[in-house]
Amino acid sequence: MSAPLGLLAELTHRCPLRCPYCSNPVELTRSSAELTTAEWARVFEEAAALGCLQVHLSGGEPTARRDIVEITAAAHGAGLYTNLITAGVLLDAGLMERLKVAGLDHVQLSVQDAQAEGAERIGGMKGAHGRKEVAARITREAGLPLTLNAVVHRQNLHNLPLLVELALEWDAARLEVAHVQYYGWALANRDALLPTRDQLDEATRVVDAARAAHRGRLVIDYVVPDYHAARPKACMGGWGARFLAVSPAGRILPCHAAESIAGMTFPNVRETSLGDAWDNSKAFNRFRGTAWMPAPCRGCEHAERDWGGCRCQAFALTGDAAATDPACSLSPHHGLLAAAISQAGGLPFRYREFG
Amino acid sequence: MTPRFAPGVRLHQDKARERWVVMAPERMFVPDETALEVLHLVDGARDLDGIIDALAEKFAAPRHVIDTDVRTMIDDLVARGALQA
Repeated sequence: MSAPLGLLAELTHRCPLRCPYCSNPVELTRSSAELTTAEWARVFEEAAALGCLQVHLSGGEPTARRDIVEITAAAHGAGLYTNLITAGVLLDAGLMERLKVAGLDHVQLSVQDAQAEGAERIGGMKGAHGRKEVAARITREAGLPLTLNAVVHRQNLHNLPLLVELALEWDAARLEVAHVQYYGWALANRDALLPTRDQLDEATRVVDAARAAHRGRLVIDYVVPDYHAARPKACMGGWGARFLAVSPAGRILPCHAAESIAGMTFPNVRETSLGDAWDNSKAFNRFRGTAWMPAPCRGCEHAERDWGGCRCQAFALTGDAAATDPACSLSPHHGLLAAAISQAGGLPFRYREFG
Repeated sequence: MTPRFAPGVRLHQDKARERWVVMAPERMFVPDETALEVLHLVDGARDLDGIIDALAEKFAAPRHVIDTDVRTMIDDLVARGALQA
């Protein structure tokens, strides 16, 4: 098997924002259970030794950890390319300078919408948008490259052209236009967030036009929602193929949402090494390759292209994590997606919160 | 024109896989042999003509043969956000 390329380090589930599509699990980990600085340092050393090249320091809000500078230094010291995935609302120029000195390579800053009113309604935090603008400025003043991450959905897609403008205005070199993926909190809020087909088509048109207009100035990455698709996404490039995540409490996961699959147990960095988990754990081998696949994936010409789609989505929608992802038109459950689309409407959503 | 790496972009030796990779914000790519030769010459000081000269000398190739290829490659790397012109 090949070695992982990237590590997602979910340092904490704490976050001042309450986005209703948060990718954290619905059962959030409390700070008392979080890994220590030294434990993270060991994780980074093990990840680099295993072949990881890049670490995404994420959360929750990673800068909610008081030791974020030490953690960044440890990741850099291990030889990893360090990427801070932040909401930006806790950053100030002093902290940004310390992060840069610690070896931070790049900042990905989230925005919830193009303008304060909508953004702060969706993110559930007053004053957040202005603080993000400051975060963008101090990132660039520190000489660090900036990516703006715009999570898009039914309630903000009409502002996509303004989000492109915002990325230019805040001097981002990259814009990630990421349609919400429906697990966990987002699945609970699906009716309020799922875009219409027309919205999706318009978004794709806007992205194509913006890519052409800003070639060489702004790179746009585009993550599409699979509810309108006929083929599933090649989730994580295959289970246990290229990527691993470590949760705030130290669980080693093939993807950050994997804990949503009931009945699976995952190794923990407090009990085993990343290398042992990657090579030998039941969890990482469960959906690796193609041998586990039932029909219609088994023997399908797409099996090694999309790896049967997403295990978490298969479990969330069918109750069986080994089922073909319903996003595939060959899945007997494909009709569930059309049903979800026809049911969706502009309902209020439920904010993320500790249970 | 003097190409240089964009902020956050650098060549990195991937020891586990015995190859060079271009590390960039949330992406990486594996340059082919020719691109790697060009990228090793990008130091923020050498201009495009200097890069072409160095390659022509190293590979004992006529300058006009590689000129277009190198320009196209640099243009592509700029469009992908890896280099700045």
